[in-house]
Amino acid sequence: MLSRHANELYWIARHIERTENTARLLDVTYRTSLLPYHPGEPGLAWAAPWSVPLITSGLASAYYQRYSVLTAENALRFMILDPSNTSSIYACLRAARESARAVRGAITSEMYEDLNSAWIEMRDTDYERIQARGVSDFLDWVKMRSHLFRGVTFGTMLRDEAYHFIRLGTHMERADNTARILDTKYHILLPSLADVGGAVDYYQWASLLQSLSGFEAYRKIYKDVISPRRIAELLILRDDMPRSLHSCMNLIYDTLQLLCDEQSREIERMAGEMHARLHYGRTDDVMSFGLHEYLTDFLERISQLGNEVSRTFLVPA
Amino acid sequence: MSAPYYDEMRAADGSIRPHYRPFADWIDRVPSARIAQKREEAERLFHRVGITFAVYGDDDGTERLIPFDLVPRIIPADEWQRLEAGLVQRAHALNLFLHDVYHDQAILRAGVVPAGHVLGNAQFRREMIGVDVPGRVYAHIAGIDVVRGGGGEYCVLEDNLRVPSGVSYMMENRKITMRLFPELFATQSIRPIQHYPNALLEHLHAVAPAGREHPTVAVLTPGARNAAYFEHAFLAQQMGVELVEGQDLFVQNETVYMRTTRGPQRVHVLYRRVDDDFLDPLAFRPDSMLGVPGLFAAYRAGRVTLANAIGTGVADDKSMYPYVPDMIRFYLSEEPLLANVPTLVLSRKDELAQALARLDELVVKEVHGAGGYGMLIGPLATAAEREAFRERIRAAPERYVAQPTLALSTCPTFAEAGLAPRHIDLRPYVLSGKGTNLVPGGLTRVALREGSLVVNSSQGGGTKDTWVLAPDEAC
Repeated sequence: MLSRHANELYWIARHIERTENTARLLDVTYRTSLLPYHPGEPGLAWAAPWSVPLITSGLASAYYQRYSVLTAENALRFMILDPSNTSSIYACLRAARESARAVRGAITSEMYEDLNSAWIEMRDTDYERIQARGVSDFLDWVKMRSHLFRGVTFGTMLRDEAYHFIRLGTHMERADNTARILDTKYHILLPSLADVGGAVDYYQWASLLQSLSGFEAYRKIYKDVISPRRIAELLILRDDMPRSLHSCMNLIYDTLQLLCDEQSREIERMAGEMHARLHYGRTDDVMSFGLHEYLTDFLERISQLGNEVSRTFLVPA
Repeated sequence: MSAPYYDEMRAADGSIRPHYRPFADWIDRVPSARIAQKREEAERLFHRVGITFAVYGDDDGTERLIPFDLVPRIIPADEWQRLEAGLVQRAHALNLFLHDVYHDQAILRAGVVPAGHVLGNAQFRREMIGVDVPGRVYAHIAGIDVVRGGGGEYCVLEDNLRVPSGVSYMMENRKITMRLFPELFATQSIRPIQHYPNALLEHLHAVAPAGREHPTVAVLTPGARNAAYFEHAFLAQQMGVELVEGQDLFVQNETVYMRTTRGPQRVHVLYRRVDDDFLDPLAFRPDSMLGVPGLFAAYRAGRVTLANAIGTGVADDKSMYPYVPDMIRFYLSEEPLLANVPTLVLSRKDELAQALARLDELVVKEVHGAGGYGMLIGPLATAAEREAFRERIRAAPERYVAQPTLALSTCPTFAEAGLAPRHIDLRPYVLSGKGTNLVPGGLTRVALREGSLVVNSSQGGGTKDTWVLAPDEAC
């Protein structure tokens, strides 16, 4: 297929997946921010919940260029509605719909209608309307739109290259986002020594799990208290957890095997290596290497893989 | 006083014409609230499907809908048979004319068409002289605009042989009416048109460079900001071919390739929706960002087919229009089955005098104008406007033609206060390549403002579905 079309399809999927992860992160943050917090005392939440989504998405400095203080309203406006923030939900839906328009011939009409109607609803949304319907309700809508997009894609699209590039985009973005969200705990959620194992710690890990749709799975699998080691196992190494790094790499590796030919052996090798590390990795090794170090290394590799995919398939010289 | 217009649904005595009877019964039977609901549903469907039409130079609200009217324009079987034969004949003659003017120029030597009109025309492409195109087909897709006069007779208003648009509306309108009135489709034989993309693809395959069994076809679009982008994407998808932009193509050794995820892939036929001027910066406008350098050289070498061919504009210009009936006689030795609207050519002295004497009755058009711009509608113009136009005509009479104010037929249309007659025209799409034929139907455009005769979508026109009825089966 045309490289330009493959590029647009890949980015439609990445942008939609990004809206979903942003919505998850904001939703958990929003709910956490409603919990009481008393500085200096063990409490149920942390001091600056709204810095979490900003740092996780790597958008803190962009935020402070626009706003001098961190407030819930500013953070929500920035992450949901700001057209100049290219990762805002607004900007991602607009970009996805623009890409869809550019590749109308390569997607099904149901997919186009889906992206078009999501964009039209988003375009007509403002802060007051979000407040009026409820922040969580709006964020649920964003997640549902992402589910709908995947469902429409899965249910209507021919299993051709176009489909594979969409799947590739979805899972590249998801792998990146999962690793970032997991790493949040290192950046900001480090509890004071007194809090370790306490209520604050519990709520922090629990919200992290929730933002990755992993809370219920955790309960089902471990039937036990929440521990960082098990969270790492669940969201990095388990291949039956759809947002885990292993699960994402399975799909990325399989998809790339379908797309690669003689000219793209390097991509296949890079993906194969990443996949093998997750497939044969042990939780002990991850923990002794250091969770933060492990995730940083993963983010670096997934970004290199993304660059190689672009160079080979999407934007050839 | 009876209306001077032919109404598609009602005869002069007010009775319903037989071919409209099922529809009229239906609309009598269905409560108006339900019809209002159907109109809303249609509106919603169009929005969701995104059948919009981009407006240039507007960054934000870039798209709007072309209004769709629920009441179909219905054409009985016998009328369509005559219309179809006339359209095929006309498209055939126009293709023969195009081949002739770029080769032997027999029609110019015979003095049937003034040589100066052709050779001095800005749309005449010298680069095309002596270039042989597959099957000698130039206008693979011809949009021939047809209107009905006061007596109900069909005549041709204009030929569109460059990049005629609107066919996606023909198809989407049908999709919507089938969804809204399944019962009407169940009780009468309305001929299908949804195979248009398939028919188009067959014609495009037939004109591939010689010896190609499975040619690669692509649709070339100027891009997502073009007003007709929806249609380009729609047709590419419906034909199952790539929708390419200039940046996706490159030419090497007079061969056209597209950049794909598996490396370069050869393209044999381009259904191009880019104007001649912008196709190749090396051959035409050097500032074109939409084109493909080297495309014309590949075309000349017969390594790629362009549909429509380069240089078709010389045949659809308003200065050439008055000669089309003579072309039919010259090439086919047949009488035209479809008449032209009587047209005064103002470069002729006697016709200029006639026109100037009757300016208040005539419509004067610029020969190179399009889209309803730059014309004088005599009966609606003020005396001052007419005088100003008179001066413009006197200064350069060869730039104008004049026609009587057309008594375009009317069709019932939903207006503020219920159904009311509005003026309509019809654009069928005649396809050439593997023979010449057309799907039974076309795009009916309707002037939504009361009394208006301007159907162009850029000037507030809307569209209707066009139903061609199947002939009655023999009993």
